[in-house]
Amino acid sequence: MLLALAATALVALALLSDLIVPRLEEAWSRHRARRRRAPTLSFDPGRERRAEQRARELLRSCVNDEEWEMYRDLGFIRVWGTQTTGPDEVGGIGGAPYAYLIYPHRPIVAYLAQTHRLLSEYCVTFPDDTRPYGSARLPDSDDVLAKWMALTGDERRLISTANMHLPGRQIDPAQVTRDLWRLSQWERARMRTLAERSSPQADSAG
Amino acid sequence: MKPGHGEVLIAEGDVERVEDEERLIDEFRRQLDAGLWAAVPTAGADGKREARLVRSFDDVPRDAERVIFFPRAAGGR
Repeated sequence: MLLALAATALVALALLSDLIVPRLEEAWSRHRARRRRAPTLSFDPGRERRAEQRARELLRSCVNDEEWEMYRDLGFIRVWGTQTTGPDEVGGIGGAPYAYLIYPHRPIVAYLAQTHRLLSEYCVTFPDDTRPYGSARLPDSDDVLAKWMALTGDERRLISTANMHLPGRQIDPAQVTRDLWRLSQWERARMRTLAERSSPQADSAG
Repeated sequence: MKPGHGEVLIAEGDVERVEDEERLIDEFRRQLDAGLWAAVPTAGADGKREARLVRSFDDVPRDAERVIFFPRAAGGR
């Protein structure tokens, strides 16, 4: 009796093996996959710092001394506007001189040079088209340099590409006002330093 | 300029040598075809610095030390 049951069980197992074995294999592979350590990308904490260092050197080699020192000391660069009608044709400025403040990864701010009245914010990015589903952004100093090159190279093109907004949309106008005050103080101090440096030479030459 | 990496040297050579120039032209075209903008930093006699955006290799001054490629500008939020 027992022998007959065992033989029947063996036959049943043999017949069901086509169904059971693949499921067992699948369960085993799932178990191994769960236990496998997920591959991790090697994180290099110095990469961004090195990229920013290279970007600062590149920026320094492109802009003039005043602009470089401005960025180093104040964190932004001023670029003078060249269009007689102002940065855009909306709300002409009557030929008054104007300029832009370039911040890293923040909108470009246009303002009137004499009154410091803020004109507009221009939001512009430099996306990596080769990685449309998300990419690392440019180092801060590269972002500033890209804006500087685009502005000095073709102001109208950059401004027409950017999204224009009223002042205060992203950058607090109080902060820009403070930055313009800091800039004026910084320029005075720099002028004094340059004058002091050049005066001994002038004296000795005289 | 490469996002996440900063400055990357793409190619270098002497435009007075034919084989170098051809290689530089090929690389220039490849970068522009990839959607990048190209700029040549310039310095005026008065110390003023600016960039000159170039759209073809012929626009690059023969004495230019370098051409900087950077991602094309787009409207941001």
